[in-house]
Amino acid sequence: MTTMAPVRALIAEDEPLLAAGLRADLAALWPELEVVAQVGDGDSALAQALALRPEVCLLDIRMPGLSGLEVAQSLAEDWPDGVPFPLLVFVTAYDQYALQAFDAQAVDYLVKPVDRPRLAACVERLQRRLADRANPAQTLQATLGQLRSLLGANPAPAVPRLEVIQAQTGNLVQLVPVDEVVYFEAADKYLRVLTAEREHLIRMPLKELLPQLDPQRFWQVHRGTVVQARCIASARRDESGKVFLTLRNRPETLVASRLYAHLFKGM
Amino acid sequence: MRTRRRFSRTVAFMIVLCVAIAALLTAWEGEGIRPHLAYSFSIGICCWSLTEGMRLVAAGATDGWRRWRGQPLSPAGFDSGWRGIVPALLVAVVLGPPLGMTVGDRLTGLRSPSLLHLEAAQTRVTVAMTVVASIASVFVLSTMERLSSARAQAEGAQRQAAESQLRLLQSQLEPHMLFNTLANLRVLIGLDPPRAQAMLDHLIAYLRSTLAASRAASHPLAAEFERIADYLALMGVRMGPRLVVALTLPDELKALPVPPLLLQPLVENSIQHGLEPKVDGGCIEVSASRHADRLLLTVRDSGIGLGGTGPRPGGGFGLAQVRERLATVYGARATLSVAPAEGGGTLVSIELPLA
Repeated sequence: MTTMAPVRALIAEDEPLLAAGLRADLAALWPELEVVAQVGDGDSALAQALALRPEVCLLDIRMPGLSGLEVAQSLAEDWPDGVPFPLLVFVTAYDQYALQAFDAQAVDYLVKPVDRPRLAACVERLQRRLADRANPAQTLQATLGQLRSLLGANPAPAVPRLEVIQAQTGNLVQLVPVDEVVYFEAADKYLRVLTAEREHLIRMPLKELLPQLDPQRFWQVHRGTVVQARCIASARRDESGKVFLTLRNRPETLVASRLYAHLFKGM
Repeated sequence: MRTRRRFSRTVAFMIVLCVAIAALLTAWEGEGIRPHLAYSFSIGICCWSLTEGMRLVAAGATDGWRRWRGQPLSPAGFDSGWRGIVPALLVAVVLGPPLGMTVGDRLTGLRSPSLLHLEAAQTRVTVAMTVVASIASVFVLSTMERLSSARAQAEGAQRQAAESQLRLLQSQLEPHMLFNTLANLRVLIGLDPPRAQAMLDHLIAYLRSTLAASRAASHPLAAEFERIADYLALMGVRMGPRLVVALTLPDELKALPVPPLLLQPLVENSIQHGLEPKVDGGCIEVSASRHADRLLLTVRDSGIGLGGTGPRPGGGFGLAQVRERLATVYGARATLSVAPAEGGGTLVSIELPLA
């Protein structure tokens, strides 16, 4: 171990005993590690990680609010440039699909109950990664790749494709053919549905809508944005890795996050 | 698979029967066996084709009729009961022998007497033999078939019961719940051994009741509440201050019999889909009360409510299973309703007849 700066960690685990146990075990195995935040839900994990910028994040996969995977996705999108991206360790009691994806990847994961030897191996791995972390951009790139494969590994339930969006305003229900939608944008608990002429609000989380859309035609470009591919006019990449999209039928410019920037490459 | 087995069995039976008849006739008339074989096979094949043909036509007509009426098609393909057999048998017995004998004449170059010529002893023997053989063969074959279809049905029912049992067990021994509980136990052993022991006792009671639930037809309401208390105690350790529990069971209702683990899936739903995903957690109230001759059981939580996330993979099974068990035990006399609770969350109510 040659890292001079103290290593700071965030623990996100909703079960208080498990959080305390993990913290105690980590303290014994890695005294130099400073736990700067211990949170019990996904939203706090995201906020605290962005505010404190720890080097290591231990994220439970199933938490109230955002899941561990969603926290990682949001971190990858919102992480400030120039700051090394944290090393992520996922913790899960039983999550087959995630484990399958991890098996092929380098991000570490822990299965609860976490025994000491396994945690020690994880600590060693983290220390090694921190020591030869010369290139922060590389870490982010590696994490982005892992996240992409993880998000893609979510087994899509067999849901029938949606043909028409039913948007209600007062006692009027407007029917919008999915094909006319330029893009969807998450807004709190609602979803904005934008066509060339109009905007509608529906009460459906993006997470629920996404499996009902044809992934060939509708591309997720940000955790909160899904665009119909044929409505995208151009994509311009800036130096931070973000991509700005102009649309054919709408004046707005949309932002594609780093996680989805790979969708826009010349043929 | 079944059709092929049926086919090869029928062919084997036909061959044995035709050879037997030919042998019998040879013994009776003392001539060479070859013409008899030709005749018996011709008649046998004709009878068989007619029977099967008739039945296929009947099956097609039945399916067409059902489709037209919008009823489900029969899974067996065609009717293997007597209604399907009798007309087919009549046609085969009347048309089979003359047709078969004509074919036999062609094959052997002989000329058999007309079957309408009943004075000839030869004709009488042939007709009697054919009629008896046809009736016997159709009877034997249809009995064999009915037996095998009954066996297949019984196997299907058994498999379905086993599958439903397995799914019930899987839903209750959910790995996420089990491993998280064990992880908590592991930490508690180091921190607070007496509390760890108490938690282990709850886990043992929970596992025992889950594994035994399928065996008993009913248990007292007090036992049901104890199992719920075990589960909620485990969840209390896991969720800490995020979970508040209130169980209400009046003394006079404690001995009432209820199907085992009737409320358990509802309580688990409230925790898994209502309170666990909620950042601040909340409370769960389970209560029993009596209204005239009805028993009212309610599970109310202050969780994220019905409009929250959709059902998890494997979700929805708990509720369906409770409904199914109520219907099996009480028929239409029990009701189950799921509604948004006042002030947020979900309220599930079960009403049972007391008598």
